Amino acid sequence: MTALLSVDRLDVRHGLLQAVRQVSLEVVEGETLSLVGANGAGKTTLLRAIAGAHRPAGGRVRFDGRDITSLPAHRRVKLGIALVPEGRRLFPNLTVEENLRVAGGAGRSGPWSVDKVLEAFPLLEPLRRKRAASLSGGEQQATAIGRALMTNPRLLLLDEVSLGLAPVVVEGVYRSLATLIEAGATILLVEQDLSRAMSVADRVACMLEGRIVLEGNRGELTREQVTEAYFGLRAGAGA
Amino acid sequence: MTWVNAVVHGILLGGVYALLASGLALMFGVMRIINLAHGSLALIGAYMAFLLTEHVHITTYLALAPILPGALVAGYVLQRTMLERSLRAGQLVPLLTTFGLLIVIANVLQYFFSPDVHSLDEGRIGATSWNVSSTLAIPWFDVLTLGIAVFVLGSLQLLLRYTQLGRELRATAEDADTAELVGINARAVYARATAIAVATAALAGVFYGMRSSFDPNAGAAQLLYAFEAVVIGGIGSLWGTLWGGIVLGVAQVVGAQINSEYFALSGHVVFLAVLVARSVIQSRGLRLLPRGAG
Amino acid sequence: MSVAVSQAPNVRVQRWTPLSVAFTGGLTGLVVLLAFAPVVLGENTQNNLIQLYFLVIMAMMWNALAGYGGLVSVGQQGFLGIGAYAAVFLSVQHSLNPYLSMLLATLIGGAIAIPVAAVVLWLRNGAFAIATWVVAEAFAILVSLDPNPAIGGGTGTSALLPFNLRYTPQQRLHYTYWAALGAVAVLLLLLFVLLRSRLGGSLQAIRDDEEAAASVGVRVLLGKGILFVVAGAGCAAAGTIILAWQLSILPLGPDSIFGINWTAKMIFMVLVGGLGTFEGPIIGAVALYVLQTYGPNGGVWYFILLGGIAIGFALLLPRGIWGTVQERFNVQLLPVGYRLRDVTTGRGTP
Repeated sequence: MTALLSVDRLDVRHGLLQAVRQVSLEVVEGETLSLVGANGAGKTTLLRAIAGAHRPAGGRVRFDGRDITSLPAHRRVKLGIALVPEGRRLFPNLTVEENLRVAGGAGRSGPWSVDKVLEAFPLLEPLRRKRAASLSGGEQQATAIGRALMTNPRLLLLDEVSLGLAPVVVEGVYRSLATLIEAGATILLVEQDLSRAMSVADRVACMLEGRIVLEGNRGELTREQVTEAYFGLRAGAGA
Repeated sequence: MTWVNAVVHGILLGGVYALLASGLALMFGVMRIINLAHGSLALIGAYMAFLLTEHVHITTYLALAPILPGALVAGYVLQRTMLERSLRAGQLVPLLTTFGLLIVIANVLQYFFSPDVHSLDEGRIGATSWNVSSTLAIPWFDVLTLGIAVFVLGSLQLLLRYTQLGRELRATAEDADTAELVGINARAVYARATAIAVATAALAGVFYGMRSSFDPNAGAAQLLYAFEAVVIGGIGSLWGTLWGGIVLGVAQVVGAQINSEYFALSGHVVFLAVLVARSVIQSRGLRLLPRGAG
Repeated sequence: MSVAVSQAPNVRVQRWTPLSVAFTGGLTGLVVLLAFAPVVLGENTQNNLIQLYFLVIMAMMWNALAGYGGLVSVGQQGFLGIGAYAAVFLSVQHSLNPYLSMLLATLIGGAIAIPVAAVVLWLRNGAFAIATWVVAEAFAILVSLDPNPAIGGGTGTSALLPFNLRYTPQQRLHYTYWAALGAVAVLLLLLFVLLRSRLGGSLQAIRDDEEAAASVGVRVLLGKGILFVVAGAGCAAAGTIILAWQLSILPLGPDSIFGINWTAKMIFMVLVGGLGTFEGPIIGAVALYVLQTYGPNGGVWYFILLGGIAIGFALLLPRGIWGTVQERFNVQLLPVGYRLRDVTTGRGTP
């Protein structure tokens, strides 16, 4: 089965810094891949490069067999890639409903609509006409995910959805994600919380200083292996 | 009673400024572009109307039919060619390129049309007034202009509030990067905003040309007044542009009442006074709120 | 269990490179040489050079504001007019020596810049630009309404009398030449010293990120204020030189000393030369001077060319001639910034 998303030796610079070094990975339709790593490992930059918000310096990105490396972000959305950015990045002065509807103009057909999103995230129903800036963290996260869903994506990229949220709120977010996963969504998820990352995913990849240092199916990797890769520790490594 | 007269005429003059300023406010609100060539573009509208009415013998109002769509296209092209590149080069650059454009347009107009003064015919409505009292006569044409200003500003407000394009414009204005990530083509959105802005400029130019005579250098003066209107009304507020225009118009006409040479100066003084007052209030306000509140 | 730590490069901070020492020396030498021009060169050349000098001053000042301070002013012509009219007022009304009047007028320009700064410096980009323009227009109108015969109101005035009473036309030319050259040298030196001082560092920080700069204690408003006052005085000086050169001035109309066309020229010079570089404005002034001398003679085509070239540069070569050279060849002639010099390889980065 050919992968839905195929990243081939991607190099991405962030200012003067090389944030992503020769990264290759694949995501098959219907699977969930968790990307873990410490701050500054390059995860957000990689996600943004896949979504088209960041021009790579080298390498290729392929989606459904098609080379999209030079395609701008809004065109990728039309192909079916949606990113829920780090920090939510809602449009602060637009209402919840407007945030949803503005993304609905992407023109892709599919099951998601404003009503469907509000059904999936019932906490948002009473908040329809509230300004996005006045929402709580959890409400904003739900809106941000809903906004991405409005584009009827084939691949959903999630960047640190648990960041800055209380554990009980994170619980709720991941429950919604579980529903999406059950429905067959393809998800590439960046997450700092290792247990969450490993429990929700089919496969896990760990990034360190811009490279993928560990990759494997959920059952195959132990927590210790992932932790070591996360911190760049290797038994017996010298100076 | 001449003071009442002055205030009323000032309000009506404000309508002219608000109409011209609406495009400016739109471009600044959406793209943070200060289009210094806006007045010049309006002037092109006036000159196009002049050409059409002279050679094709239609009324000025009918001339709007080809001019407005033409302006829409011109604005779209202007954004995609010049302004888009300017934005990418830095925040300061659009100021510089549009200033260059202002100079070029003024001189190109002078080359083709000579420094002579021209005027547009406002039709029969120009001769009629509402004679409110023995000392106060309100020209219907001026009322029409004010009405059109309100109509344009109202339409823009409705556009921004209730249409998909309006939502896209607002979203892109707040966060162009994220807008792209939800499928909005930011460059196309900007181009449509500029198209609308230039069309309103052309409309304003034609009405200005009917109201008073114009020459190739009129773009700069009117631009300054339009900007004063936007800044007085509060940058980023469409209805503020209307109030700003009215405040400016009243200041100018009332000042001229005191001494006919004080027309522009009164406007400038009020403009600066509003800015100073706003800065003082803002800095006071900042000190009242503790850091990190809200 | 250890993690490899990358070797920190061995660098030294340097301000003067051999090239910049050579160039600065050469520049000083050039100034000294130019001082002999009235003795050696003809009247026409001196006249032309005076033009070049006030263009250089205007370009330097506009660049200081926009390139180093991030302040795009569309109203510096206001200070040109203030300088010129103050000089007329002092020399005609109070019978002061015209050159002394010019010096005092420069200081007056700087003084007036202080309250103007108080009004406009709070404003951001667009509002700031418009406000400076409004201030310039207001000054122009006030001057045109002034009943004082020395000022001349709307019809303008002339400095012919104070000069003719004391000097022959040839003397006026020579002394004006030296005054202009002196003004260029002093202002260049002043800016050079300011930009190498802590102010220069603060300004760079403000340019990069104003909020961050403020949070580490950079006095943002003070820095901008000093720049604005210097630019005001500098433009006033340029205005006095224009007065001494063309003798008669007008407050309104396209050829006015308060006209927006002066800003058009400043923008042209800085864009073509290189915004934010020290050497750029000088190059831009030379470019404009060449255009003026050998291009269309004033009028419509001159300004179309001016505007068109400025637009072209803004779009295609936004760093200007010098900015592009500086970037490509990593060269700096006047040591305003800092360079990191890798001790091992000897290569420097600005």
